Amino acid sequence: MNENDLFADAAREVLADHCTPEVVRAIETEGGAANAAVELWGQLEATGLPDALVLESEGGSQLGLGQVFGVLEQCGAYALPLLLGETMLARAVLPQSMRPTGAIGLARGQCLSDGSVRCALVRGGRVARYVLVQTVESVWYLLPIDKAEISAHALALDVAMTWPVEQAATAAQPVIDADVWTLQACVVAAQMAGALGSVLERTLRYANERQQFGRPIGKFQAIQHQLAMMSEHVCAARMAAQLGCSGTGALPDRLRVATAKARCSEAALAVSESAHAIHGAIGFTEEYDLQLYTRRLHAWRQTAGSETYWHDVAGQALIAHAGGSLDLIRRITDVTV
Amino acid sequence: MSSLDSLTLTLTRIPDEDEAFRADVRAFLQEAIREMPAHVRARSWGGYDTAFSRKFGAKGWIGLTLPREYGGAGRSAFARYVLVEECLNAGAPVGSHWIADRQSAPLILKYGTEAQKRFHVPRICRGESFFCIGMSEPNSGSDLASVRTRAEANEQGWLLNGQKIWTTNAHHCQYMIALVRTSGTSQDRQKGLSQVIVDLSLPGVTVRPIEDLSGDRHFCEVFFENVQLGPEALIGNEGQGWEQVTAELAFERSGPERLFSSIVLFDQWLDYVRCPEYATPSSVRLAGKVLTQLAPLRAMSVSVQQRLTQGGSPIVEAALVKELGTTLEQSIPAEIAQDLFSREDDDVPVELLMTLKYVTEASPSFSLRGGTREILRGMIARGLGLR
Repeated sequence: MNENDLFADAAREVLADHCTPEVVRAIETEGGAANAAVELWGQLEATGLPDALVLESEGGSQLGLGQVFGVLEQCGAYALPLLLGETMLARAVLPQSMRPTGAIGLARGQCLSDGSVRCALVRGGRVARYVLVQTVESVWYLLPIDKAEISAHALALDVAMTWPVEQAATAAQPVIDADVWTLQACVVAAQMAGALGSVLERTLRYANERQQFGRPIGKFQAIQHQLAMMSEHVCAARMAAQLGCSGTGALPDRLRVATAKARCSEAALAVSESAHAIHGAIGFTEEYDLQLYTRRLHAWRQTAGSETYWHDVAGQALIAHAGGSLDLIRRITDVTV
Repeated sequence: MSSLDSLTLTLTRIPDEDEAFRADVRAFLQEAIREMPAHVRARSWGGYDTAFSRKFGAKGWIGLTLPREYGGAGRSAFARYVLVEECLNAGAPVGSHWIADRQSAPLILKYGTEAQKRFHVPRICRGESFFCIGMSEPNSGSDLASVRTRAEANEQGWLLNGQKIWTTNAHHCQYMIALVRTSGTSQDRQKGLSQVIVDLSLPGVTVRPIEDLSGDRHFCEVFFENVQLGPEALIGNEGQGWEQVTAELAFERSGPERLFSSIVLFDQWLDYVRCPEYATPSSVRLAGKVLTQLAPLRAMSVSVQQRLTQGGSPIVEAALVKELGTTLEQSIPAEIAQDLFSREDDDVPVELLMTLKYVTEASPSFSLRGGTREILRGMIARGLGLR
């Protein structure tokens, strides 16, 4: 929503046309094989955005994270059920020789005693072609999903995956100096900022249109105060998400990501709750689009660490910090812009 | 989308030259308040210390952004942001000059006559002249437009009658800038209001401090009985009082003073839990929760400052910062009490508990002063385009 953000505009153009609520529903039902998913991913690839963070010398646009925040925000605003953001980060951290085509998911994994690799949870696994896995020992694997044993998970787009030893042993093992949840949380927080904005916008519209007792419900102070509180959360979460997705490089800062993911996850809960309270029963139906965003906000809150996971990370940094907390706050907020 | 523009703040960095000022401020404060215990420092802008303000004024730090020809230092708004942020985090007793520095001197410079500027502003900048603001009355709180205190024009100037209440530091100040009715009645609401500068030493002025629930005496009731003001008491235009008052609100609501009212307590508690035997998992989590809420708020506050610097009037944005900021400020003493008294061991340092006591008792005021939570939410709702 920043002015002159050409990258966000490019994403918005594609998403407005090709990531409609019908498309989101189709992909959540059918996964990456849905025609709509193939077409939407093709459109996104045509914009060049998957290589936005890749070095120019390797054919990318060499943008910094701060320049792609608006793109990720748009992905969230349209509840994009594909892995554009994760793929952008994954392509940036993978060496050129290992970069595959297609969407890349991010996940934590475990190397089992028989040499197989297991991911208990791959967010968006149903719309990925590869998964970039970091094990507990910080060994990284780039694994193709067509070679994985896949089992269903709780949320529509997610799966559990196991790669047998012969696949794991021959897989690409990039050396990456990062934490996979930090990468994923950076992306997801920015997307949450977009989805939070959409939920607020829809709820505001509804409050101005829906009439009860002879006037729009937005005239009632009880509703106005709930909307005011929602807007406070939306504003703070967006600021936090910008901090998490800032800087001129492709790698996020862990403490800033902790701030972003914690704040957005808190906001997700409060904003969804109020949005549903204000919408009443209609917001609770399948056919009304609000649910696409609020269900996704809950899913993203549960992705790559909930708020308390990141409170712990930030808390450890603050306890280890000597001196006043202002200096650590400034470390988080004083980004290169 | 336009109604949501106020929610999309831009990441802003304080300019390097203003950031460089931070070290000077910190060095001065370290020396000036070295002996002051934490529970006294916790009063921050509620702390009253004229000797400190004189020293502060001698450094040129009162009226930092004001023009040099009126005794100011001609520095940027971000330099003042750094100064205030450091003072609040250190817990410096900035209360004596606080209102004059933040509101009165800028108001006089904006609306005052040349004589008013020459008389008042240099004295404020030297830390000699302190101001209070006369807004609330016994029957005019959040409904400020209903004020009844009256200044009637007469041959000598203005004859003032009425009463103000909850006036911070009136008993220590030489002057009050009061919002009064100069024409019409309280039914005329915003019309007919004006601002006057009242010399509190004049005959007919009575100031009575009111003790607050923590035992402090910082706010007062002020009575005006046939107080004769000169014609020069009027500040700005007659009848423009409401516009003059509301124009300043964005400056008052988005600054560091809306984020850091509990920071001295928070830092003191952190020092305690930094000792490995006291750093429980839940205290680490609490530290992180506060940090991850405070950092985005500070980024919002800096960003609103930038909009102010660029000449904007970010009223809704400022209300958002104040609402979120004061909510966080109020949660800190509650959460720290919860943490400290969830332990088997109740041997917590008394000095920490004295600070906790003060901040716990002061915290209801955080969301009352400068516009209540309910008034701010109403402003935000209006800004969102709720019809």
